[in-house]
Amino acid sequence: MKYLIMIHHNPQSQAVWDAFSAAQKAAGIKAYTELTEQLVESGELVFGHALAEADQARRVTAVDGQVTSVDGPYAESKEYLAGFFMIDCDSLDRATEVAALIPEARMGLVEVRPILTYGPPDLM
Amino acid sequence: MTVAAPVARATVEELLRDCAPRVLGVLLRRYGGFDTCEDAVQEALLDASTQWPAQGVPANPEGWLVRTAARRWIELWRNESARRRREEAVAAQPPPGPVPAADDTLTLLLLCCHPAVSRPAQVALTLRVVGGLSTAEIARAYLVPEATIGQRISRAKQRIRAAGAAFELPPPGERPARIAAASQVLYLVFNEGYAASSGPSVHRVELTAEAIRLTRQLHGLLPDDGEVAGLLALMLLTDARRAARTGPDGALVPLAEQDRTRWDRSAVAEGVALVSTALRTTPVGPYQLQAAIAALHDEAARVEETDWPQILGLYELLRIVAPGPMVTLNRSVAVAMVHGPVAGLRELDAVAGEPALAGHHRTAAVRAHLLDLAGERSAARAAYRLAARRTRSLPEQRYLLTRAEALDR
Repeated sequence: MKYLIMIHHNPQSQAVWDAFSAAQKAAGIKAYTELTEQLVESGELVFGHALAEADQARRVTAVDGQVTSVDGPYAESKEYLAGFFMIDCDSLDRATEVAALIPEARMGLVEVRPILTYGPPDLM
Repeated sequence: MTVAAPVARATVEELLRDCAPRVLGVLLRRYGGFDTCEDAVQEALLDASTQWPAQGVPANPEGWLVRTAARRWIELWRNESARRRREEAVAAQPPPGPVPAADDTLTLLLLCCHPAVSRPAQVALTLRVVGGLSTAEIARAYLVPEATIGQRISRAKQRIRAAGAAFELPPPGERPARIAAASQVLYLVFNEGYAASSGPSVHRVELTAEAIRLTRQLHGLLPDDGEVAGLLALMLLTDARRAARTGPDGALVPLAEQDRTRWDRSAVAEGVALVSTALRTTPVGPYQLQAAIAALHDEAARVEETDWPQILGLYELLRIVAPGPMVTLNRSVAVAMVHGPVAGLRELDAVAGEPALAGHHRTAAVRAHLLDLAGERSAARAAYRLAARRTRSLPEQRYLLTRAEALDR
């Protein structure tokens, strides 16, 4: 079963990260590297990426063939998606276990969502 | 070597899948070491799948594959520098002999389903080793990157090596558990294929057909195993309804509304014969009981002719032999069909609080169905919507919302 693990940031978490010492930042990055390696090794990683800063985002509107876009949302304004993993694992419990290893989980910023499938209706 | 005219890719793929386990068996007997032998066979299969469609199938396909795989094995082995000193001695040995009559499929299947290997990795390894599928084909079938499947397979092989498992049948005491694990792996492959046939399935290997092919082989090797026969019957009896299971727009058609003239009668006949023999001659088990239930559905020419009292009896047995939340839910449907929707709802209410059922979408879906039968339109509508919110299956979500909308009118 596939799950999307979303890692959110917000101005508070950004401030925490900015205040980290170089060693603390290195430890944070190492936690990600190790988690990624672990998921590759177990054959559970489908893919995962960190996203560019939210101020590089572009919100797109297409109405009757007219496409308009605005920049943002900006990082100061609200909670935004900072990165994600898609994993293919046995259960929601396992996905939760993986999510708990993400450093942002300490601040309650990690969310696990099951992916909808084209699966048959009669499976658990 | 006699070379035939170019042949269709599909024919080649089929031939390769059939040869794969036998070729691996020859290599394993010759060289030992599951890991490297399996890699070598995989490379030989890839060579064949690119060369044969254009150049024709060699007169002795298995001999060609064995020779190519042996060459690949030596190449792989050369790459391991620590063993270089022994290279000359091995390379000087004559190439492996002809393919023996002995069938290694069962040994390989049970090796792939070794308890040291996780279930998803058992599935990937079985499809590659016994099914002869490439890593890329397995990855496409499961909609994951090739690297993910590649990693699962190599980790599985490491685990098998670390567990010290040899290329031989497990001791008799361990065999029933391993055969049960292999059956479960094949059933998982079947169910995944069942899913693929209603999703975006372009270029996906037909996993349902592959599961049936491998289970048929397993049944051929273990004709007296009633549960293997039951599993094959269950697959055939389920797959027989495939053409009628989805509407022209891809929407799910429930069993009660399917056009039964579109069911595959020969698959039904084969499944019914298999499960009847198994029930008569072997100890009863969960696959046989599920197959027997599927057979009762398939044998009813019209939905009104379904033998619900007998289905209810089979669910009673299933509840003893293999209790589980789905058995509990399906049994309450059978109760409703025999004793009326109110009786079914009473059964459902008695069990719906169990942890495995409480938040599950199937509980809401069954409740919706029973309320619908009881004429409780507004409660049924709410339950259909709740089930639609909870399901992870898109076709089922569409179906449940359609039922809810029908009650709006």
